[in-house]
This record gives sequence, C-alpha cells and structure tokens, in this order.
Amino acid sequence: MTGATFLDVSENLALVLLGAAVALVLWRLFSGPTLPDRIMALDLLTTLAVSIIGVLALRSGVGLLIDIALALCLVGFVSTIALARFVLARHALHEIAALPEPSVPP
Amino acid sequence: MIAEILQYVAGGAVLLGATFSLLAALGILRFPDLYTRLHAATKAGLVGVGTVLLGVACASFDGAVAVRSLGGVIFLVLTSPVSAHLLARAAYAAGLRPAHITVVNVLAKETDIKS
Repeated sequence: MTGATFLDVSENLALVLLGAAVALVLWRLFSGPTLPDRIMALDLLTTLAVSIIGVLALRSGVGLLIDIALALCLVGFVSTIALARFVLARHALHEIAALPEPSVPP
Repeated sequence: MIAEILQYVAGGAVLLGATFSLLAALGILRFPDLYTRLHAATKAGLVGVGTVLLGVACASFDGAVAVRSLGGVIFLVLTSPVSAHLLARAAYAAGLRPAHITVVNVLAKETDIKS
C-alpha cells in the first residue's frame, strides 16, 4: 500500500468517524437537559466541523478551506463566550427556572 | 521517500484525531453532569481537532497551508480552556450543581459565586 492510498483510506475512515461523532453530539444537543449542556454541545459541534473541514481540505487539495476552518474556530469561541454570558445574565434577571438535578447513572 | 513517510504520518494523525473526536462525543453523551461532560468535550475534543490539523499540515506540501493549520492549533489551545472555564463558572453561578456521585466540591462552602 502506497502512502497516497493509505492517506485516501484514512481520510474516508476519518470522515465516517467524525460523522458518527456529529450524530452523538446532536443527540446531546436535542436532549439537553439544561441550557449549558446545549451550549457545550454546540461548542463541540463547531470543533467537529473544523475537523471535518480540515479533512476535506486534505482530500480535495483546496488550501482555502483551512481559512474557513480558522474563521469557524473564531466564531465558535466568541459564540460560546456570548452564550455563557447569556446564561449569567438570565440568572441575574431571576428568569431562570429551577434547573433540574443532574441524572445519576445506575 | 520523504513524501511517502509524511503521507503515512498524516493518515495516522487524521485517523487518531477522528477517533479522539468520536470518544469526546461518546463522553458528552455518557457522563453524568455538565462538569464531567465539559472534561470530555474540551480535552478530548481539543486533542482530536489538533491532531487532525497537524495531519493536514503534514500532508499538504504547501507552506502557507501548513502554517495556517499550526496557527489554528495554537488558537484552539489558547481559547478552548477559556470558553470551557467561563461556561462552567456561568453554569455554577446560575445554580447548576454537580451530580450526587461527585466526591469533592471545593465551591460547596461558598454561598455566592459571581462571574
């Protein structure tokens, strides 16, 4: 097996693994149970999108995709911080309902 | 010859990073509360995306792309702990408490956590 073939196979396999990871994170995003859980899932989703764009850049040979991944990193960081501030602000306004207790695994 | 070795290294790095990302996703699905989930999402997620970007830098054979990938890794290493810490602190200040099986909670005695 030459290096190019190995790289090709591992890119395809990595895309499959990252797709499975996105499915699991989407599950957490929809099931919650609290707002910070969803924010964390969105953050990890942005990170996974950066990984997928990196693999696609390697696969297609288009170097510009790396710039898109960098911009996505920046947007993900800023949005996570803004949403964390939103959690704090909503708490300060006493609008936050009683947060459910975290579930204890059996 | 060098190109061949770099391609093998890049393929291995991409596979390893994707595996770490999958483990991070499994972690945030299986762990009991937000604070343990943040461990999985931040640490394993950061290692996953960092390894993938290092693999891209190895196999791109283009200086500009390699430098931008490394810059992305450095940016993620700098910002990921900051956002995770801010999110955990905001959640604790908003009243979210760790799971009952937590052994040590240093903040338990403090009555008022402000940002």
